[in-house]
Amino acid sequence: MKGRSDSRRLRRPGHSRGLAEIPRWGFLLKLLVRKELRVRYRGSALGMLWTYVKPATQLVVYYLAMGKFLSLDRQISNYVVYLFSGMVAINFFNEVFRNTTGSIVWNAPLVGKIYLPRELFPVSSLWVAFVHFLPQAGVLLVGALVFGWRPGPANLAAFVLGVLVVGLMSLGLGLMFAAWNVLFRDAENFVELIAMVVMWLSPVFYSWSLVKQAAPDWLWIIYQSNPLVSGVELFHYAFWAPTSGVRGTAGVMPPDWMAWAGEALLGAVVLVAIGQMVFRRHEAKFAQEL
Amino acid sequence: MAALSPADPADFAEDQPVVEVHDVDKVFTLRHTRSIKEYLVWRLRGRKGELSETFKALDGVSLEIRPGESVGLLGLNGSGTSTLLKLISGVMQPDSGEVLVAGRVAGLIEVGAGFHPDLTGRENVFLNGAILGMSEAQIQRDFDDIVAFSEIARFIDTEVKFYSSGMFLRLAFSVAVYSEPDIFLVDEILAVGDEPFQAKCLARIRELHEGGQTLVVVSHDLDKVKEICDRGVVLDHGHLAMDGTINEAVCHLREAR
Repeated sequence: MKGRSDSRRLRRPGHSRGLAEIPRWGFLLKLLVRKELRVRYRGSALGMLWTYVKPATQLVVYYLAMGKFLSLDRQISNYVVYLFSGMVAINFFNEVFRNTTGSIVWNAPLVGKIYLPRELFPVSSLWVAFVHFLPQAGVLLVGALVFGWRPGPANLAAFVLGVLVVGLMSLGLGLMFAAWNVLFRDAENFVELIAMVVMWLSPVFYSWSLVKQAAPDWLWIIYQSNPLVSGVELFHYAFWAPTSGVRGTAGVMPPDWMAWAGEALLGAVVLVAIGQMVFRRHEAKFAQEL
Repeated sequence: MAALSPADPADFAEDQPVVEVHDVDKVFTLRHTRSIKEYLVWRLRGRKGELSETFKALDGVSLEIRPGESVGLLGLNGSGTSTLLKLISGVMQPDSGEVLVAGRVAGLIEVGAGFHPDLTGRENVFLNGAILGMSEAQIQRDFDDIVAFSEIARFIDTEVKFYSSGMFLRLAFSVAVYSEPDIFLVDEILAVGDEPFQAKCLARIRELHEGGQTLVVVSHDLDKVKEICDRGVVLDHGHLAMDGTINEAVCHLREAR
């Protein structure tokens, strides 16, 4: 029988090792992800196609408004690829953040009745968002190829690092907000606010150089220290920088961007640690607050 | 059904408790407001004390359960029996004192809590089995038995939202009785389905018990509890009122009424 080996050891029920426990629950995690995907698209004619429709519409609208009306495409060559690579990163962030924040409240029947490591729910939301991210990244790849994408190993590594930074950062924030959301449903509104702010406070529509010109040094440092800014820049380096016309041009990436990327990864890991701490502190109260 | 027999005689030779509850208190705070506006208004009027009310669901409860015992937790509504069960399952934490358990705790805290209406019966069996701590191999091995027990094999690939409530409960119960935890918790679900199915469920629970499974049952149906439990624990307003054989406990509760 499962668990027999340690069945005589007494332990306090309801205490888990948090995220470290999740790999042992791989099978359930897989089923939860599958369930969430199924439920999301129930009764929907387009189904998973929505993951293409939404970003495609966004891209067209922003390209017209920013690229054409505000003429940003004259400053930034291959502006479509630039714009979309940043948008894909931000969309990934927002979806993870939004879903993880709601994950405990949405799974209230389970959280209140049966004990499972509660981190399973935010982590399954992360995976669901990742499943939605992949087709967007695929479209981005095709777009980049059209513009003569010739990546080296460094560009591919930047993509992996970018996904890690954005995924970890949003998971860390999501753990925090998921716990707060149980106490006060205001958390979900905060997330919407943050989602809007990060879109404009990362170099998605504009180039980093505009920020550097306009902002004093100390503000530039604050701007760059946002891990999401580095996340977006890593996506630029992966998809936009190696396209023809951009490749080999000086000043494509901001100064010290590699060091900032390292800082971003570190910052994302720290956020996960803080998120886990906040989550654990409130976890004992979840069942009675829901 | 090898797994249902005492897996390791050594577990029983030492007769160590598998559940220990030491002097446990559980207090619920009933908050009357969640908005900042109300909070500020109440504070300014000096009514901060009225912002919340506390309610002691468990007060200094101690209890030990040994392997293979079947314990009925009895009490009137609000006496704290369900809260105690939630502390043992780990869903809630005590405010003071300590709860300790050995092995995997699972069961029927609420039948079908992990079921999703948009998934088919088959998918729900897998999802719920995994939630109750079964491994993939275990569910695959027992899948046919689970479906056979539920007697709804014809509808197993239908989405659960099309099920009648009886069918739904049958399937949920079947998964739970095959989940083979070390400690099986049962909360108020002895009224599952029609008469014959209820009888079958009780028989199955008794069979599990005879196979050495530890049972903790909360129910208001005293006659059914008598059928499956040997020991009875009565809670009264969060206090342990008595602990003895199931017949003594039922008498105690009936007299108090």
